Amino acid sequence: MKTNNVILRAVVRIVVFIILTLAVYLFLAGHHNPGGGFVGGLVLAAALVLLLVSYDIETVRNAVPFDFKKVAALGAFIAVGTAFGSFIFGEPFLSQTFAYFHLPFFGQTALSTVTIFESGVALAVVGVVVTIILSIVEDV
Amino acid sequence: MNTITIAIILPFLVALIIPFLKKKIFHIHIGWFVVTVPTALFILLVRFVPEVAAGETFAYSIDWIPSYQINFLTYLDGLSLIFALLITGIGALVTLYSIFYLSKYENLKSFYTYLLLFMGSMLGVVFSDNLMGLYVFWELTSISSFLLIAFWFHRKLSREGAQKSLLITVSGGFAMLVGFIMVYVMADTMSIREIITILPEMSDHPLFAPAMVLILLGAFTKSAQFPFHIWLPTAMEAPTPVSAYLHSATMVKAGIYLVARFTPVFGGEASWFWIVTAIGLTTLFWGAFNAIRQTDLKALLAFSTVSQLGMIMSMIGMSSAALHHGHDMDTVLFTQIAFAGIFHLINHSTFKGALFMVVGIIDHQLGTRDIRRLGGLASLMPLTFTVALIGSASMAGLPPFNGFLSKEMFFTAVLNVSELNFTADHIMTMIPVVAWIASVLTFVYCLIFVSRTFLGRYKEERLERPGKEAKAGMLFSPVILGLLVILIFFFPNVLGSYVITPAMSSIFPMLDVELGVTIQQWHGFNTELMMTLALIILGIILFMTLRWWRAIYKLFPEHLSFNHLYGASLENTSKVSKSITNAYMTGHLRDYMVYIYFFFLIVIGGTLLLSGSYRFEISGNGEVGAFDLTIAIAMMAAAISILVAKSRLTAIVLNSFLGYGVAIFFVIFRAPDIALTQIVVETVTTVLFLAAYFFLPEWEKEDSRKRSKSVNLFLSISVGVIFTVTALAVQNNKLFESISTFFEDSYELAGGRNIVNTILGDFRAFDTMLEVVVLLIGGIGVYTFIKFKARKKRNEPLEDK
Amino acid sequence: METLITILAGVLVTVATYLLLSRNVLRVILGVAILSHAAHLLIMTMGRGLTNGNIPVLKEGVSSFVDPLPQALILTSIVISFAVTALLLVLAYRTYRETGSDNLYELRGFKDE
Repeated sequence: MKTNNVILRAVVRIVVFIILTLAVYLFLAGHHNPGGGFVGGLVLAAALVLLLVSYDIETVRNAVPFDFKKVAALGAFIAVGTAFGSFIFGEPFLSQTFAYFHLPFFGQTALSTVTIFESGVALAVVGVVVTIILSIVEDV
Repeated sequence: MNTITIAIILPFLVALIIPFLKKKIFHIHIGWFVVTVPTALFILLVRFVPEVAAGETFAYSIDWIPSYQINFLTYLDGLSLIFALLITGIGALVTLYSIFYLSKYENLKSFYTYLLLFMGSMLGVVFSDNLMGLYVFWELTSISSFLLIAFWFHRKLSREGAQKSLLITVSGGFAMLVGFIMVYVMADTMSIREIITILPEMSDHPLFAPAMVLILLGAFTKSAQFPFHIWLPTAMEAPTPVSAYLHSATMVKAGIYLVARFTPVFGGEASWFWIVTAIGLTTLFWGAFNAIRQTDLKALLAFSTVSQLGMIMSMIGMSSAALHHGHDMDTVLFTQIAFAGIFHLINHSTFKGALFMVVGIIDHQLGTRDIRRLGGLASLMPLTFTVALIGSASMAGLPPFNGFLSKEMFFTAVLNVSELNFTADHIMTMIPVVAWIASVLTFVYCLIFVSRTFLGRYKEERLERPGKEAKAGMLFSPVILGLLVILIFFFPNVLGSYVITPAMSSIFPMLDVELGVTIQQWHGFNTELMMTLALIILGIILFMTLRWWRAIYKLFPEHLSFNHLYGASLENTSKVSKSITNAYMTGHLRDYMVYIYFFFLIVIGGTLLLSGSYRFEISGNGEVGAFDLTIAIAMMAAAISILVAKSRLTAIVLNSFLGYGVAIFFVIFRAPDIALTQIVVETVTTVLFLAAYFFLPEWEKEDSRKRSKSVNLFLSISVGVIFTVTALAVQNNKLFESISTFFEDSYELAGGRNIVNTILGDFRAFDTMLEVVVLLIGGIGVYTFIKFKARKKRNEPLEDK
Repeated sequence: METLITILAGVLVTVATYLLLSRNVLRVILGVAILSHAAHLLIMTMGRGLTNGNIPVLKEGVSSFVDPLPQALILTSIVISFAVTALLLVLAYRTYRETGSDNLYELRGFKDE
């Protein structure tokens, strides 16, 4: 493209980080506030898509040098794995558990194995969305 | 996690690892890595022998969906231990053998993955105490057998053999599933142990007899019983280690396991006795009769396996006579038939395994296994010859080999049964006669096997490679099995009292008689011995005169065989279904949509009209603000203008307007999670559509004919109207209270304050898990669509090499 | 409110149906996307009422919530329909690449297959 994208790129450079922070926040907040694995993963993917639209593939590849197919597979593996993992503890399939902890900074908090499951979900979402976009764009 | 569960899971886990093994790390044959699995499991399971012999059983349960009684139940008793020892023991030997049989250039990863998949599922079959678990593992063995038969899938015969075995065993398995469901309906439990205590008293239940027949169908198809035996000879297209393992030692015996396992449930029925015994004897005779005419060594062994399986099956069937009487001496006699059956099952695994490996060696060394091209190998391959001699002599029932013992016991069994007064005397006398004739034929084909291959003239000009003894590694497993054949003859009671007797109490749990037998090598000059002597003499005469009576096989022309029936019905089924399918599958997406929509109109619209449920009121509605109304009207306008949009870009933008509109409604409906998701997804989707805009051509004007255009318009408007009316009717006639109050305790139940998120991650995590998997599959689909180009130039179908 | 949303969903379904019956691949895909919007709106209306209640996040002193179950179902559905749309788009793209056509009347497969 010949058009001058300086302003767009400068803005995107900052905005991407804000979006990434938001993604992480949404993912962690999910259990008690709006957010969660899906939204977190999608926002993360959206940040990468924004990067892709304003720069080009090479930039994205260099910025996040992962193979997103593998990220997706890893996510699905974690999600399915936590489901089967409950057998190790002699619990029925997909049992989640949680406990209340008193942590510094956070105060009374419920920590839960759902977070592991959710991280699998988030990774799968990021991986799949970015894989889809990248493979289409790369091919054109 | 106990040992039994580990025994089932370990092969599956290793099977998962194998595809990822790098050749660079393992320069050696992968088989060396695999062989440790059955060996370790064998050692693990042997440790149970003393405890099981003392009468202990081990049950273990892992809750799966406890609220539906679906649990992963494992159960180890005498019967399952025998099978498990065979699976792991023969498994170890076969894997070892395969290391030398298959070269490094074959697709070893697939081979061993399938083999372990089979091993795990077969162990699952014998250890499952839950009917559904048993069924799932049962079908998994069929599938892994399918994959292994088709291992050399470039050969047409392999593919056909695999298809035939899959079609027959899986349809039998399906019948068995229906039978299991009937059993569940009657007994109201999935646990086989509980069924054994409940079901025998319900024999006048209308489902009892159908369930029995259906379960037997499953067993007969799996164990290649007449007339379903046709799949086993064609399954011989598999690599020889597979034939030795699946198609003679283990998988085909799953049917016998099932019949033995269900003997306490159905054995009290006279029909059970008759069906199992008659089918078994027919198979015994028909297999032996057909083995003689074979010219391919493996086919000969396949028919011989069919025949021997029939023999074991008939013994298990006859032993059910023990459940017909009160507790008297006869009962003990009849339980001994089952003992003989299990004993022969073990013996058969040893000698038939050895024989298959011998054939594998011949095929591997000489490049052929056609007996018309073989001969005179005895001096060239002395060790192979010895093993073959031991194996065939045992199969023919000669001393001093284990086959002699179990065949004598078989003769005792048929003689005892023939004295029963179940029905007319001449029918009962048929049983020993058929058994004896089949044994004569068995003797004949054993003679053919040995003499045509190893004796006679050596015909080097007809061989692909000159005869030469095989490598030591390849001979190791058959020699071990050959030694076992002799050892069992001399020390049968070690096996008998430690392994077989405990299994008897699994087959006859209700009888409190002395179970088990002391096996004797020499039992005097009785009828059984006379029968053996006579069969040897007649067998030799028949073998010498084979040339003259061979013509008898012409009485059974190919086009009247079951094989031909199978082939013809397969062909006709696909022909008929093709013509039916072609009649309505036009290849136009629109036609299919029209079918679906018309069906929707008639069924849903008709129901609405006939039931008169198209009434609704709007009093219970929430208030509509001006803002809401504006958005809704704008969205409707946008939707309709998509239809008339001149350019694709307009349509795409209008579509994303709809998406964001939906997101705004989600905000209004106090759904922050989905509003967020919708916004992000809509953004990404729009990017996708724009990418599509980049590469797809500008759309042309829809120049379809007026008539189809008006049909489209009519369909879409009426679908929309019916949809709306149904939705409104449903909203105003809610039959149930919402279950959502349950989820509002999410903080106590799942430790989260965001109810929606706890539903996704905890209450309904199964949905989410599967969704992630679907998403992954979608992603892989997109990736492969783009990355893998069609191989256009390779149009010729895969053919024989 | 429920009635309004239902009618809106009905209009969307009508449009989607018309698009699905057309012969251009892109139109069909748009139809699928719009159909899923309509389905989401419909699921929303099937709850306990759209606007009577608070956001379904537990907080001190808040006791009445809107129905959380449809929201969870829709969240799942949104992501799945994204995957479906993506797959269809790529299918269309690939088909166009291989055959040079985006017209479903021309893409009929071979008679003998």
